[in-house]
Amino acid sequence: MTIDSSILSLIVFFPTVGAILLALLPANPTLQKWGALVVTLLTFLFTLHLPAHYQYGLSGYQFEVNVPWIASPAIRYHLGVDGLSMWLVVLSGFLAPLGVLISWRAIDRREKLFYTLFLLQQTAMIGVFVGLDLFLYYGFWEWSLVPMAILIATFGRTDKRAKAALKYFLYAFIPSAILLVGMLWVYAQTGTFDLPMLQQMAASHSISSNQTALWLASLAFLVAFAVKVPVFPLHGWLSDAIFEAPTAAVMVLAGKLGLYSILRFSFGIFPEQSRQIAPLMIALGAIGIAYGALVALVQKDLKRLAAYSTLGHLSFITLGIFSFTVAGIDGGVYQIINHGISGGALFMLLGALYERYGTYDMRELGGVAQKLPWMVTLFVITALSNIGLPGLNGFVGEFLTLSGSLQTIYVAHPMIWTTIATTGVIFGAGYMLWAIQRIFYGGMGRRPDEVSGWDLDAREQVALWPMAVLFVVMGVASPYWMRAIDSFGAGFTNQPAVVNLRTADPHSATNLPGIPVSGTEGGAR
Amino acid sequence: MEFSYLWWIPLLPFAGFLINGLVGRKFPRTVVAAIALLFTAVPFGLVLKLASTMSGGGPEQISLVGAPWISVSGFTVNFAFNVDHLTLLMLLIVTGVGFLIHLYATGYMAHEEGYWRFFAYLNLFMFFMLVLVLAANFLLLFVGWEGVGLASYLLIGFYFKKDSAANAGKKAFIVNRIGDFGFLLAMFLIVAQFHTLNFTEVFGQIAAHPEWQGGMMTAIALLLVLGATGKSAQIPLYVWLPDAMEGPTPVSALIHAATMVTAGIYMVARSNVLFAHSPTALSVVAIIGALTAIFAASIGLVQNDIKRVLAYSTVSQLGYMFLACGVAAYTGAIFHLMTHAFFKALLFLAAGSVIHAIGGEQDMRAMGGLRKKIPVTFWTMTVGVIAIAGAPPLAGFFSKDEILYQTFASGHVVLWAIGLITAGMTSFYMFRLWFKTFFGEFQEPAQDAHHDDDHGHAHGVHESPAIMTIPLAILAVLSIIGGWVGIPKAFGGSMEIEHFLSPVFGEPAAVAATASHPSESGLAAVSVLVAAIGFIFAYVFYYKKPGTLGALAEKNRGLYNVLANKFYIDEIYNGLIVIPTLMFTRLFLAGFIDKGVVDGTGVTLGLTARGGGYLARKIQSGNIRSYAGWLALGAAVLLIAMTFGLKAFGATH
Repeated sequence: MTIDSSILSLIVFFPTVGAILLALLPANPTLQKWGALVVTLLTFLFTLHLPAHYQYGLSGYQFEVNVPWIASPAIRYHLGVDGLSMWLVVLSGFLAPLGVLISWRAIDRREKLFYTLFLLQQTAMIGVFVGLDLFLYYGFWEWSLVPMAILIATFGRTDKRAKAALKYFLYAFIPSAILLVGMLWVYAQTGTFDLPMLQQMAASHSISSNQTALWLASLAFLVAFAVKVPVFPLHGWLSDAIFEAPTAAVMVLAGKLGLYSILRFSFGIFPEQSRQIAPLMIALGAIGIAYGALVALVQKDLKRLAAYSTLGHLSFITLGIFSFTVAGIDGGVYQIINHGISGGALFMLLGALYERYGTYDMRELGGVAQKLPWMVTLFVITALSNIGLPGLNGFVGEFLTLSGSLQTIYVAHPMIWTTIATTGVIFGAGYMLWAIQRIFYGGMGRRPDEVSGWDLDAREQVALWPMAVLFVVMGVASPYWMRAIDSFGAGFTNQPAVVNLRTADPHSATNLPGIPVSGTEGGAR
Repeated sequence: MEFSYLWWIPLLPFAGFLINGLVGRKFPRTVVAAIALLFTAVPFGLVLKLASTMSGGGPEQISLVGAPWISVSGFTVNFAFNVDHLTLLMLLIVTGVGFLIHLYATGYMAHEEGYWRFFAYLNLFMFFMLVLVLAANFLLLFVGWEGVGLASYLLIGFYFKKDSAANAGKKAFIVNRIGDFGFLLAMFLIVAQFHTLNFTEVFGQIAAHPEWQGGMMTAIALLLVLGATGKSAQIPLYVWLPDAMEGPTPVSALIHAATMVTAGIYMVARSNVLFAHSPTALSVVAIIGALTAIFAASIGLVQNDIKRVLAYSTVSQLGYMFLACGVAAYTGAIFHLMTHAFFKALLFLAAGSVIHAIGGEQDMRAMGGLRKKIPVTFWTMTVGVIAIAGAPPLAGFFSKDEILYQTFASGHVVLWAIGLITAGMTSFYMFRLWFKTFFGEFQEPAQDAHHDDDHGHAHGVHESPAIMTIPLAILAVLSIIGGWVGIPKAFGGSMEIEHFLSPVFGEPAAVAATASHPSESGLAAVSVLVAAIGFIFAYVFYYKKPGTLGALAEKNRGLYNVLANKFYIDEIYNGLIVIPTLMFTRLFLAGFIDKGVVDGTGVTLGLTARGGGYLARKIQSGNIRSYAGWLALGAAVLLIAMTFGLKAFGATH
């Protein structure tokens, strides 16, 4: 057993081991915090093994472990990463210690429960990214739900936390149950849960000949994932969950699990159905961008503002990946990482503000820049990353996803949807700069006037500066990350379902021939 | 690499930004100023070195390709610079004028809080502006493009405690983002068409296909124009620039007059090959330019804030440059860009010196009789006023006249007439400013908190220190001689700038070459006459018989109010766009859709679409067990349907 074949198991289960240790240790807050920090830091260290030893030239899965687990039904313990998931694993490893650091003071009761759940959540999340057996994957997928729901229910900040937790749980759980049905059907058809095998069968059209059933199964997958992302208009749970959840939980709440799953499972097992539904998803993505940014514009509560900002950012990714272009998919995956970092930093800063002034209500803030110069500096940098300032990370992803969406062959008039989506850059700047002004500029607001507040302390700076540095480095040196991602994205140019209909005629871009699709009614003929 | 020092031209100001930004607050002011000046002066030196290499038979074009920035299968963008004569000229203006304004600012800002922050931002601006002009592809240009917008945002909002300053900064950024929205869409189209964003490749392909006319070319060009109207403050997106005067005056001089706002003109000129394939886009540019020129000038006639007069003047002058681009007289546009950088920077800095002298007052109604009190400022500003008014042989005369002549010669007589009238208005409002500020009764500055009795009256009005007047003097000299590189052949000149820029814009068009010299000198005489009329009006109304115009305005209250309130454009935008958007969002999107549809029904929406209210109530009971029951039931039905049912229902496969 080499390091390469056991590293993924180590990364996945090390946080669980840590969680068990914390549970066994006494409920001493200092001990729990430091314990969690050490475990998450070590996990992060382990994840760095992946990019260091990844073979960039190769496509397909690496660091694989693939052994039988249960004979019947045939379930295998199959882990592996490729260009899609490798950086997502590292991202999860990177965010966890920062989450612990930012919870240091914010979580001031039941620390043991908090950090235990936090670590269990991390195992589930990483497990989702590396599980290549459908059944195993589903185990992690459902597992991720439970610690998060309890975190919201226990550590939510208002008395509506139980309701928000329930909402979150149901929104995630019900579609997941349907997802399970879809998976069982796939197994019934093929006799395997193994993803690489299923992908091969999908490519050779041998999963099922029943187009209607295939279509329904693909929907069972996609709906579960789309709710988890969330894709507009399935975001009913997002605002309340973000509003309640503690910072460390919010940082990993939305986005990457659902989007990864779409890319991996929807696109992998149902390549044709995914392309057929692309027009709808492109439309929802484009609308979601503008919608999220506009609704963020009229929020008074910073957490809700950030929730709709999240919706908008995730919609960029939806738009990009469903364009089925290299730029769209590469940019989409890059943007998943960006959102984890930029959105995470935004939530960390909002949490830090809340620790000082006890409110997320912008009407009670104002003039904070005079008191907290480092806070405003980092906040502005983070905001710029979030609104996609060129030279920072968000721009690379936004540019590629939007550029990809214009080149898609799956809608008749890509220009329309790209135009709607691009309005997001205007509204996005609008709500972000308005929020900055209302928090930091102008005269002193009510809360900053009453409470003295204090600037970012060393611990917070340690948590935030790595992110700020990443904004810049990922903004100017994207190929370092992209070479792995592109080995995944480039695969989408030569799949049978993709026909490159581009012509050299310069006057045809807005009228690219689309593949006739039947929208949502399905492909039953 | 022989030219790898080019990287340092933008990177040095960036280093200055990092040093002052991160640790500047701990430094004494002299150190902050020294760092900021050093990291601007060295790039200027490097540009001079570059200029000496490129002039006199040196290479006409230098390319520098660095690491890849974005790279996916089938599409790559590198960090790459490209220097031709257009870039070189821009580099000289940006670093040269930029350094002078930095120098001036060390004096002007000497007593301000946040000294280090100011110079950090100023250096940041230099970095982005230099990236903008050096970029060898659209995407890197866009880095500079949005970056200067960021620096502008930070500097307009420099006095962030003031709501008006914070508002103006935000407005500038968002309005610019509307332009950037167009720029981005243009780039997406270019990528879809050409699979590259490199200037040489894109323009090379376009130039190789003369049959590509209109259509996609027009779409790309017009979207780029939208971007340019944002950055260069043209109709319909000029509204941010007057408000941008909330920033400190050196910022207005550097960013909102001499350099950043010319980025749109630079970009259009850079894309001249593309625009040559779209007469429609060119016409749009010309019409926007002419309309903006006269529209802004008419508002400038009645403004009382000295900086706002200059701001509207800037919008108007940028309109001239746009007009020149629109009639494909790119040399004229860039020529005017250069002379305008000299005299408008001079005017703003001199205005700053006036404001400085009288303790922060910007309202010209509170000024007057200052010519003896601040003589250096007076004389240098006089040069600036004459230069912009268009009197020979100062700089503005030659460049503005080149634009008017080219407009006329290309057959756009109406646009030429608009430009001519604008020239008269320009002369009028500039001499109005001059008379109101320096002539008439001297007025003691208002005694505010800063100028209480401790300081005494003698201390009140004072000439600025040498560190501020030296840049004024240099810019005054440039405003006099700057136009001499473009003396037309009709006046015995050799139009050197045309020759200098010909590798970029091609040899002068046949129409200009064959046009008769008499018509050119005749047109020049007309414009001088018009400028003189503007001067006479200002002389009569603001020197000889002050007050007569007030009575006239009183009689035409309506017209005066429309002008004084800037045609109510801000109010119209607010009422027609901003408020309806917010109301629609608040009521329909956030209210009805989000609270009602998305949130209210959520999960149950799908399940109860046909189930009626009873089912909905049951499901919404919040009882976990009933949820679980529904869930199990739904799942079972689906599973059964998929495995058995659908085959039976006769799916044909």
